[in-house]
Amino acid sequence: MEHYTMNLNLKVWRQQNAAAKGGFKLYRVENISSEMSFLEMFDVLNEQLIHDGEDPITFDHDCREGICGSCSMYIDGKPHGPWQANTTCQLHMRAFKDGDTIVVEPWRADSFPVIKDLMVDRTAFDRIIQAGGYISVNTGNAVDGNSLPIPKDDADASFAAAMCIGCGACVAACKNSSAMLFVSAKVAHLALLPQGEPERRSRVLNMVAQMDKEGFGACTNTGACEATCPKEISLSNIARLNQEYTLASLTAK
Amino acid sequence: MLDAKIPAGTLDDKWTEYKGHCKLVNPANKRKLEIIIVGTGLAGASAAASLGELGYKVKAFCFQDSPRRAHSIAAQGGINAAKNYQNDGDSVFRLFYDTIKGGDYRSRESNVHRLSEVSASIIDQCVAQGVPFAREYGGLLSNRSFGGTQVQRTFYAAGQTGQQLLIGAYQALERQVALGNVKMYSRHEMLEIVKIDGKAQGIIARDLVSGKLERHFGHAVLLCSGGYGNVFYLSTNAMGSNVTAAWKAHKQGATFANPCFTQIHPTCIPVSGDHQSKLTLMSESLRNDGRIWVPKKQGDTRKASDIPEEERDYYLERRYPAFGNLVPRDVASRAAKERCDEGYGVGSSKQAVYLDFAAAIIRYGKIEVGKEGNDHATQEEIIQLGKDVVKEKYGNLFDMYEKITGENPYEIPMRIYPAVHYTMGGLWVDYELQTNVPGLYSLGEANFSDHGANRLGASALMQGLADGYFVIPYTIGNYLADEIYNKAVETDHPAFGSAEKEVSDRINRLMGIKGKQSVESFHKRLGKIMWEKCGMARNAQGLQEAIAEIQALKKEFWSDVRIPGNIAEMNPELDKANRVADFIELGELMCKDALNRNESCGGHFREEYQTPDGEALRDDKDYMYVAAWEYAGDSNWNLHKEPLNYEVIKPTQRNYK
Ligand SMILES: Cc1cc2nc3c(=O)[nH]c(=O)nc-3n(C[C@H](O)[C@H](O)[C@H](O)COP(=O)(O)OP(=O)(O)OC[C@H]3O[C@@H](n4cnc5c(N)ncnc54)[C@H](O)[C@@H]3O)c2cc1C
Ligand code: SF4
Ligand code: FES
Repeated sequence: MEHYTMNLNLKVWRQQNAAAKGGFKLYRVENISSEMSFLEMFDVLNEQLIHDGEDPITFDHDCREGICGSCSMYIDGKPHGPWQANTTCQLHMRAFKDGDTIVVEPWRADSFPVIKDLMVDRTAFDRIIQAGGYISVNTGNAVDGNSLPIPKDDADASFAAAMCIGCGACVAACKNSSAMLFVSAKVAHLALLPQGEPERRSRVLNMVAQMDKEGFGACTNTGACEATCPKEISLSNIARLNQEYTLASLTAK
Repeated sequence: MLDAKIPAGTLDDKWTEYKGHCKLVNPANKRKLEIIIVGTGLAGASAAASLGELGYKVKAFCFQDSPRRAHSIAAQGGINAAKNYQNDGDSVFRLFYDTIKGGDYRSRESNVHRLSEVSASIIDQCVAQGVPFAREYGGLLSNRSFGGTQVQRTFYAAGQTGQQLLIGAYQALERQVALGNVKMYSRHEMLEIVKIDGKAQGIIARDLVSGKLERHFGHAVLLCSGGYGNVFYLSTNAMGSNVTAAWKAHKQGATFANPCFTQIHPTCIPVSGDHQSKLTLMSESLRNDGRIWVPKKQGDTRKASDIPEEERDYYLERRYPAFGNLVPRDVASRAAKERCDEGYGVGSSKQAVYLDFAAAIIRYGKIEVGKEGNDHATQEEIIQLGKDVVKEKYGNLFDMYEKITGENPYEIPMRIYPAVHYTMGGLWVDYELQTNVPGLYSLGEANFSDHGANRLGASALMQGLADGYFVIPYTIGNYLADEIYNKAVETDHPAFGSAEKEVSDRINRLMGIKGKQSVESFHKRLGKIMWEKCGMARNAQGLQEAIAEIQALKKEFWSDVRIPGNIAEMNPELDKANRVADFIELGELMCKDALNRNESCGGHFREEYQTPDGEALRDDKDYMYVAAWEYAGDSNWNLHKEPLNYEVIKPTQRNYK
């Protein structure tokens, strides 16, 4: 792999707090190595800002390994930037070239209000899980793990849905700010397992109700969510959610 | 001063006996008892969920925006349990034995035995919650092996085991939030313990969004705040992982045990330059199939593919034929350092060794063509099928490697180097997971309890969940049963006032320095001192130098740090400054602990103490104790020793040859 360095122009959304009006500001960073991660490039910029006596840019991040779901930048019109199946923290600077101008914004959705700069409030997702995204089993109630064989294909399919990292890129990518991909991933994860069966109906009804209450938009099947999802959560989960929902509504007491 | 409160009786019976006789709190009283839990990783989330289910009033805190993002989420490889589903000779005793031996005989028998006993229930609990563990075609749970053991007892969910376990615990926690038993405070950072009548009875936390300080009362406080590997600046820990919660407890009288016991993980992606902000682990499970090697010639600059088989040194297989590439982490890490120090390292930095999957790809490919009954498969076909198998097992890790390095590990060997990964040291706790401050408990990586001087792979997840799901629900009752007579203390109590003032004074002082150097630059410098002088190999002279350098760094920090922004707002630089200030103090203690321990054991390798062939040389006569340090004012500590009595296992030199 050939390494190179580059100079870049950054157009970054700055917003003091939820109540303030935000706007773009222009910055220049120099000598950025192609081996850096995108967030390391932001580290360089922030060090520069601190040095110049300015306020550094606030953004969420923690694991920097693509698994915690914290990082959330809308880069050149795409959540998590140009690479497929990738998070912001795993985007590396070899995706860019010398002289590029990069536009960076926060997730934009009414249900994800901006806290500061590029950091948003995603607690709506926690409340959706509270509405039913679990299996009700108290500690100590479990039977032996192997007493309930689960066909490998079902276990794998459930795992594929459970890989969702709750980042919210699906919402940010959707023109309706729909949270359907996130919600459907959880519904599918639990509905595909026999342990999830007893609460299957109430779960989907309650989670969808909470989703609506949080103000997320409707799903019109445009598929932008799937295309941006860093964990490649499949649209078929939404189909499953719809099925589960219809069934649950019909049989609701 | 330190009473480990190990129950009487034979090792096998201690936990059963304890559970049979510990005090209980009746359901009506549980509702009146409040518990504060700092941290919602595996340890904290499992504790919060379980205690909420029992009916206690729980308040849980984390600094991320959601409990689902705790550092536990990043664990890759798996979780151990003595299920013996593979019929390969595993048992509670063997898991116990492996853990004690892996820890190089520096952990407490009673705690480790309990850990092994409850390990099987963890898997059952997680399955019941819907954790999608890997399964075989027959629908039963799958296992793999991990370093330092000869049985297959590791349960996993591809390379995302921590994620799946944490999501399970998180969902159980959110269920309790919905039921009103747990109140969750995310984007909050605990900055002080409040002590009343010598007991922990609350915390001061900062709301990171508004910057406001808050007072919270609890009849007991549980610290589940994770490890402190980030004292080295570069580590595999998440960026936010820090020691602050534990350190505040330490300064309030809780002793800090074995701080120098750090685990350096052998298989991480090497540093690529000064910009490096963290290091990425390549799961230990890769060592099941990858072979580690360096060229036999020093300073060899040829590409890996141009180095013929006979000119490669598979040094782990050479030095440790019995365990080969599966030796414990400390052994594998030191062996890599040794080769690189001798000039055999690879890559542009020369600080790396190869982890090569070519042989595994061919081995698996041959099995696949065998299954197909294809006797005339070409080499290409074999390789393709082999790659498919490797992809199924490790696909996400290979993808991650390629994203970071731009190199394709299916084609060219990975480059790896050891990196700081886990801290065995932590708050001293007794058998009940209580620190020496009454009412103050510590669970998970934040305590020192189960891993001695070296942790075995896939045992941290086990410990975190054991502590939270199966230990604390019993042991906390034994304390709270006597607290039912004590009403909740109002937060206008003077102890809350003075604790809050302490915190706000410190924040004001930090903000008032208005110096020239960034927090990050201090953290980097601290990390460099720690890595060079208190890292994979240590010696008395280096440690003494490090102590002096850290003391100087501390002065410089408190007179020249620059923190932009204001107090009453979201201010990540201020949060970081609070943490780095504590890391600096911890760094000094780690060096002092390493200097005190005149032996090599597990992850602690003192160059002065080694066998002629370079293995760690323990000194059981003088150092078979837990070093528990009591804070005694600026740069000052008193050492308390908890002797380790081995009643069942007879310590020997660890031998993986
Ligand atoms: C990359 C990687 C891979 C790993 N893989 C494995 C593996 O395969 N198997 C295995 O067994 N182990 C593994 N480990 C180790 C294991 O993941 C950790 O030891 C374990 O998850 C720690 O869990 P915990 O609950 O103790 O702490 P954490 O998960 O670190 O949680 C700490 C919590 O404390 C909170 N917190 C901290 N300080 C404060 C404060 N002051 N105020 C408020 N909240 C605070 C945080 O917000 C967080 O919620 C791995 C570790 C790493 C780094
Ligand atoms: S579905 Fe994908 S994009 Fe949406 S929250 Fe989950 S991981 Fe993120
Ligand atoms: S920082 Fe964790 S996913 Fe990006």
